Amino acid sequence: MLGIVRQKMLEQSLKKIRPAVSVLRSYSSAAKQCSLIRNLCTNLKISRKIVISGRCVCKNAYAYANMVMLMTVREALNSALDEEMSADSKVFLMGEEVGEYQGAYKITKGLLDKYGPERVLDTPITEAGFTGIAVGAAYYGVKPVVEFMTFNFSMQAIDHIINSAAKTNYMSSGQISVPIVFRGPNGAAAGVGAQHSQCYAAWYASCPGLKVLAPYSSEDARGLLKAAIRDPDPVVFLENELLYGESFPISDEVLDSSFCLPIGKAKIERKGKDVTIAAYSKMVGYALKAAETLEKDGIDAEVINLRSIRPLDRSMINASVRKTNRLVTVEEAFPQHGVGAEIWFDASIVEESFAYLDAPVERIAGADVPMPYAANLERMAVPQVEDIVRAAKRTCYRSVS
Amino acid sequence: MKAFISCKVLDFPGGKVVFSPEMRFLSESPSVYSQCYRVLDDNGQLISHSNFVPVSEEVAVKMYSNMVTLQTLDTIFYEAQRQGRISFYVTSIGEEAINIASAAALTSDDIVFPQYREPGVLLWRGFTLQEFANQCFGNKADYGKGRQMPIHYGSNKLNYFTVASTIATQIPHAVGAAYSLKMDKKDACAVTYFGDGGTSEGDFHAAMNFAAVTESPVIFICRNNGWAISTPTSDQFRSDGIAVRGQAYGVRSIRVDGNDALAMYSAVHSARQMAVNEHRPILIEAVTYRVGHHSTSDDSTKYRPANEIEWWRMARDPVTRFRMWIEINGWWGSEAESQLRSSIRSQLLHAIQIAERAEKPPVNDLFTDVYDYIPSNLREQEKLLKETINRHPKDYPADVPI
Repeated sequence: MLGIVRQKMLEQSLKKIRPAVSVLRSYSSAAKQCSLIRNLCTNLKISRKIVISGRCVCKNAYAYANMVMLMTVREALNSALDEEMSADSKVFLMGEEVGEYQGAYKITKGLLDKYGPERVLDTPITEAGFTGIAVGAAYYGVKPVVEFMTFNFSMQAIDHIINSAAKTNYMSSGQISVPIVFRGPNGAAAGVGAQHSQCYAAWYASCPGLKVLAPYSSEDARGLLKAAIRDPDPVVFLENELLYGESFPISDEVLDSSFCLPIGKAKIERKGKDVTIAAYSKMVGYALKAAETLEKDGIDAEVINLRSIRPLDRSMINASVRKTNRLVTVEEAFPQHGVGAEIWFDASIVEESFAYLDAPVERIAGADVPMPYAANLERMAVPQVEDIVRAAKRTCYRSVS
Repeated sequence: MKAFISCKVLDFPGGKVVFSPEMRFLSESPSVYSQCYRVLDDNGQLISHSNFVPVSEEVAVKMYSNMVTLQTLDTIFYEAQRQGRISFYVTSIGEEAINIASAAALTSDDIVFPQYREPGVLLWRGFTLQEFANQCFGNKADYGKGRQMPIHYGSNKLNYFTVASTIATQIPHAVGAAYSLKMDKKDACAVTYFGDGGTSEGDFHAAMNFAAVTESPVIFICRNNGWAISTPTSDQFRSDGIAVRGQAYGVRSIRVDGNDALAMYSAVHSARQMAVNEHRPILIEAVTYRVGHHSTSDDSTKYRPANEIEWWRMARDPVTRFRMWIEINGWWGSEAESQLRSSIRSQLLHAIQIAERAEKPPVNDLFTDVYDYIPSNLREQEKLLKETINRHPKDYPADVPI
């Protein structure tokens, strides 16, 4: 019944259903779930006719126990920020256009109205400046969430991210901790050219002292952003612009305001036994599509959503490779010194599971060129589903015609 | 109608601006340099008609003893480096007044973000000579666990943020902390120090701009000592020093004689009141001279005349100048002077001996504090390292405890 709920209504009314939904965790009996669903229906302004039919079906409330709703990544991030700011008054946001403009990509929509200009700070155009200021505030003890309009611009602030944030806990021997989150879109978008398309996962993940996360789905976005904000170490949170508008099914557990995902744990998005495909961010979606294609050819692929680039979930990657004996790594980033190279050599394979490999590891990455603008060239500069399929087939010694 | 009649004023987003038919460029340099506030003359005498914040005998004597301690500390540690006992040192000779007088005008709640030539602030707040020595020798008692070069002191409890080697990065940090102090409604401000060279960094400009926009209670103290290693100020900037830049960012500023402890004290005292009560940033340019070399890795006679250095060391010494003032007031004498100097010297030598002989930090301190808790890969590496040391002990230094 709730499948009727359309995404747009959900976006507009999410604020209204949230209080109702957060009560879910304390509900255990079916009867309570019925009244809750009724409240939800009222809040969403669903027609009375549907509510009545909902009440009728309430006798079989278990049908609704695992009700699945859709949520966009944008909504997931917005709700995560909202809940963390409301739970902890030390959390505050900072960045260009995050306040009055509601966020360059509308991730921080509504937060200025709700929390005021002291906690949602529109900054002048100086990444180096506002990052340094946010790090100083974190030294003091508050918890800034810094937004970069894209991580390409973070290069202007990278000295503060590495030298002032990442290394400080160590250099001060634990006297100064830096509970800061740097977030923003990372990697290629669509037709934005070389200076707006680079992926920084490998750069930040090479630095000790930082934690680097790359969510894919809405569940990832919510859980990992909450974990990042609560974490006492500096976290680089790499989103993806093209994923903001994509919706994913989420469970009630994800909607709970205390929901949190552990940092350093990957997720098996699709179980398989023939080949492991490890990816992060948007490439997880491509890997899943590749797995569907491979299934038709009798290859059962296991897709791992890395979620955490630093620390990498070495044990899960290794366990998977020991099961399937074949590995394909997928990333949109430049190939040299990238995440795929790290997984291949250090993280797991050569160091721990080399003997289990039946074929060389395949690394799929972006072309080793600054991203071109023209649509046809851009398409050729990033991995496509077919590239992943061909790579998986190569590891299975199948011909790729 | 209104717009038609009086077109002499333009109402643009920034405010009302008066028109003028005369094309006039603002000069790049003033005809007269911005004046410098000073209260004591070169002989330590109070200049008539000076206004300053009075200082009690107790505070004045404490200021003077701290200045002497800083001077002695610098001399002895510099010699220790030359003897090969520590690897590196940075002196603050010539800038004792800036260090101590500014520290005296602040409260212990004010958060300090130093560059690296301000150990006097830490000294004033109670960092002991032993603690200074421990950090320089990188021994087990060092709060930094031996992870940083000498002079990178830091103390949470004294509100003095650990010195970082990067130039000017502490300036926006101070603004961030000041903003947070404001949010918390604390009766305190943030204070940051930097040199003339540091003002060329992008961080300086962003921080000044931001502090003004966010109305943060922060004091920017620029030690304009004429040199950034070998770069003289004429190669660093073409503006009339630093204080004039305040107006460009909307920050109230003042230029002070940095070798006049009384003037420094007054300026910082007033700046603090304005910063905390009015929620505004203040810029103080303390004009001085870097008497010592940039660090022990530098020999400044290679780029400036030795007699110039000597002149500033002897004729313009801030410590001597302040001494003359307290002696005029009858608060100090030559016996107290020799007692103080010999006492400090022996305390310092003793502290160095103890620090030198103390154990180094243990090997597991290599792996802690990278993150809040130690991750599994570092635990593995630590285990591997210890095993390797056990198997090949001759390849590893004997004085590092495992």
